Amino acid sequence: MYNAGKIIIGILIFLVLVTYPFWRNAGTASAPPKLEVGTQEKQCVESTAYMKSSHMILLDQWRDDVVRNGKRIYTNSSGKQFVMSLQNTCTKCHAKKTQFCDRCHNYVNADPNCWNCHIPPKEQEQKAARSDQ
Amino acid sequence: MDSSRRFFLKIAGLSVIGVGAKPITDVLAQGTKPKTEPDPKALAGRRWAMVIDHKKCLNAKEGCKDCVNVCHQVHNVPNFGNTKDEIKWIWQTSFEHAFPGNENPYINEYMKEGLKNLPIMVLCNHCDNPPCVRVCPVKATFKRADGVVMMDYHRCIGCRFCMAACPYGARNLNWKDPRPYIKTELNLEYPTRTRGVVEKCNFCEERLAKGLRPACVEACKEKALIFGDLGDPKSEIREVLRRNMTVQRKSHIGTRPQVYYIL
Repeated sequence: MYNAGKIIIGILIFLVLVTYPFWRNAGTASAPPKLEVGTQEKQCVESTAYMKSSHMILLDQWRDDVVRNGKRIYTNSSGKQFVMSLQNTCTKCHAKKTQFCDRCHNYVNADPNCWNCHIPPKEQEQKAARSDQ
Repeated sequence: MDSSRRFFLKIAGLSVIGVGAKPITDVLAQGTKPKTEPDPKALAGRRWAMVIDHKKCLNAKEGCKDCVNVCHQVHNVPNFGNTKDEIKWIWQTSFEHAFPGNENPYINEYMKEGLKNLPIMVLCNHCDNPPCVRVCPVKATFKRADGVVMMDYHRCIGCRFCMAACPYGARNLNWKDPRPYIKTELNLEYPTRTRGVVEKCNFCEERLAKGLRPACVEACKEKALIFGDLGDPKSEIREVLRRNMTVQRKSHIGTRPQVYYIL
């Protein structure tokens, strides 16, 4: 190999630059946010694990079934019934949007546009508490 | 290991059966699957339609806008304060605008006098042959089996083809974010719209789904708005249509509008 020294040094510099973001941020991952559900209810419409991983899929199915097919009642795996509505069902329990939806969405850099139209729940207690601080 | 071709084929055959059985056992292993259905309380109709009895409407007190106000309140309809951006689901217009075909040079002055100051309530006609549905490139607007011409605001891209296609001017675009312009008390049970979507009357499908009649129909003290199912021969609306001479707006253009007028 001609100019082996230069080439190897070049490769090393290249590797250092390419992996810079990884080792620069190693060990500094921010802790996942603490979510406040804001309800005493123990069980969401499906299991917590499913809701955590797939609530967006469920909401999309609800949206399509309600708007396109006129089906508004959801019977979950254990036979309990719910009205399929983000604004009138979900937010009745998840009443603290900024401490629940937003915290996690901000953490994972997700930007859903649900609330452009759907009216978020009123969070007056929270606002009052914040102004006290 | 001594293996014959025959033995190999046997094993291969058995494994194919095994792989094929997997989905079947999966289905059997699952308990009750979640399912969705319409609300049993919902009003069911084969063809929703409306009659506007204009004689009764004229009996109301001067400048009565009960139907408009209640509709725009329950649906969070914004008021931008200028006619260019105006959003309206149900509104009042003059006779020559509502029935342009019926205003012709042969109407004499005495008849014209009667037509002047004859405001007509107009709304989306929920056509049987809706041109807005035909032109929508993303199927954001569609006709349901019960005749309601509906908007799926999630899908609308704001291209305004439907506004150009609608011969009744029943559709309006939100040029700006409508939230700050909702002058009425916000109805927290119904969404608002967002910038860049077209909106219109939905025959109160969210109320039909709960077993309620449209808000405008319930708000009218003169009972000038009659809502019902054309598919049911015993319904009130069919009786009204049997007993009265009714007209539709621009019926000659073939949209088959389903709002009928008694003038």
